[in-house]
Amino acid sequence: MPASSLRRLLDDIGTVDATGIEERVAHYPTRSIKKQAKTFGLKLAVSMVDLTTLEGKDTPGKIASLCRKALCPHPEGDLPRVAAVCVYPSMVRHAVPHVQGTGVRIASVATAFPSGQAPLKTRLAEVRQAVADGADEIDMVINRGAFLAGEFAQMQDEIAAVVEACGESTLKVILETSELETYDNIRAASFLAMRVIRPGDFIKTSTGKTSANATLGNQQVMLDAIRDHFLATGVEIAMKPAGGIKNAKQALQFLVAVKETLGDAWLRPSRYRFGASSLLNDLLRQLETQRTGAYQAPWTFTEDSSGY
Amino acid sequence: MLPITKTPKCYVGGAFIRSESGRVYPLSSASGEFLAHIPLCSRKDLRNAVEAAAKAGPGWARRSPYNRAQILYRLAEMLESRSAEMASALTTPNSPGEIEVRTTIDRIVHFAGWADKYEQVLGSVNPVASSHFNFTVTEPVGIVGILAPENSPLLALMTLILPAIVAGNAVVALASESQPYPAILLGELLAVSDLPGGVVNLLTGPRSEMLSTFATHEHLRALAATASPEEATQLQAGAAESIKRVVLHDPACDWASPHHHTPYAIRDFTEAKTVWHPVGA
Repeated sequence: MPASSLRRLLDDIGTVDATGIEERVAHYPTRSIKKQAKTFGLKLAVSMVDLTTLEGKDTPGKIASLCRKALCPHPEGDLPRVAAVCVYPSMVRHAVPHVQGTGVRIASVATAFPSGQAPLKTRLAEVRQAVADGADEIDMVINRGAFLAGEFAQMQDEIAAVVEACGESTLKVILETSELETYDNIRAASFLAMRVIRPGDFIKTSTGKTSANATLGNQQVMLDAIRDHFLATGVEIAMKPAGGIKNAKQALQFLVAVKETLGDAWLRPSRYRFGASSLLNDLLRQLETQRTGAYQAPWTFTEDSSGY
Repeated sequence: MLPITKTPKCYVGGAFIRSESGRVYPLSSASGEFLAHIPLCSRKDLRNAVEAAAKAGPGWARRSPYNRAQILYRLAEMLESRSAEMASALTTPNSPGEIEVRTTIDRIVHFAGWADKYEQVLGSVNPVASSHFNFTVTEPVGIVGILAPENSPLLALMTLILPAIVAGNAVVALASESQPYPAILLGELLAVSDLPGGVVNLLTGPRSEMLSTFATHEHLRALAATASPEEATQLQAGAAESIKRVVLHDPACDWASPHHHTPYAIRDFTEAKTVWHPVGA
């Protein structure tokens, strides 16, 4: 019975006070971050971006320009590189020649992204191929069907199988929060995933392919889960919100939540990422505004992947 | 009956907004009694208004010239129907407001007429020596920033706005600081005139605070302003940095003069595009 297995899990890990979460995240946007702190936060956010293109119309040429953008987001202002480029498995080999040895990592969504509705064998083969082609990081989707049916062991076994298939590559486990429906479910799924992945692996909010994406609320539930898991086991799990983070102001609010929940240890690209495409250019726009004192026009910057 | 007092708000992006800063300043009637609190807009409000204009501009530019004319004519109709209210807002001890309202309605209708005609005047077919059909058409420059003078708070504001929007530009305008109420009313008329939200954005508040942002904002492609010599220098310096056009008007000019009825005011807010079209010998 789904209800009883979820109940047993929640008795173990604790439930979520939904009103409390909403109340808490409502205060993050009120933090005043100006001048040097703002520039620091914006540059930090640039260094945490997983610059993403996940379109049916992706071509090797588009991947090449995405990689160039990742390596040099903007020539002015002494900016960091982004953390990674995030592409479909078939595009990994086209990204390798551009970013190999630069410090920018290649992330690939795998496991029949975004639905995950393919046989396990197929999904694992996809992961192995992406890793063999040169993916440093794998973004997998959980089996939401198994989770919602209460088949937690199946869901965890599948994640464990993907962990094994990843080899040395970092794993990011996408919960697809919009399909889990409640904060309790998000917390439960976070714990189920964190118990089978390795230290330094990620849990990630969403695919960006459904109507609802990362919000301060569902990120907060996951950050709290990471903190509770860390306090109980000492294992550091990383976090990646994805989808719907379109501007610099939102990014700073998400970082405030990380700082106030997990502390400075998580404020680095190995512990926190933004899955985004259009976010990068808004970060650059605000950084240039800070640097020059003049509001910028969009055409000052090279096109990001959302502009194609 | 209990009187319902109005909260004056700025018209930005097709919505009626307060300043993001939360600031207001008091407005008094000619006889000195308190009327209302007017939004005291900030540089961030200007930035947000430019974003709204950027969204609305391309759609407005794609409208057919005839459709732009219809919409501007409807704005004149809306002003006509509320002319008494606007006139009372414009009335000062020295001048009755009716004349300014009438002149403004005339000016709107005048520029509405130009909407599908200025291209014939400003564009051209150019004689060239090769076997090409060579012609020049105009295109809107983009987003135009407008700094209205303190006097003639409706007529001068519209005289600066109309040539820009007729040509398919979107505008962000700062109203007269001392007499902002006609611009508040104008926003209410724009909202019912079929003009797409965001094509005209009206801000109220401190000119001194926002002037430098108007000058330096890279997304604004032209400025139409009345300015003191010091302000003009500041505008031109900032505009040079961001490569935008500055059209300056004499603050003391006669805004009612028919001299303002000219398609060459529209040309200031257009770019010329010349096409060389090969033709058979």
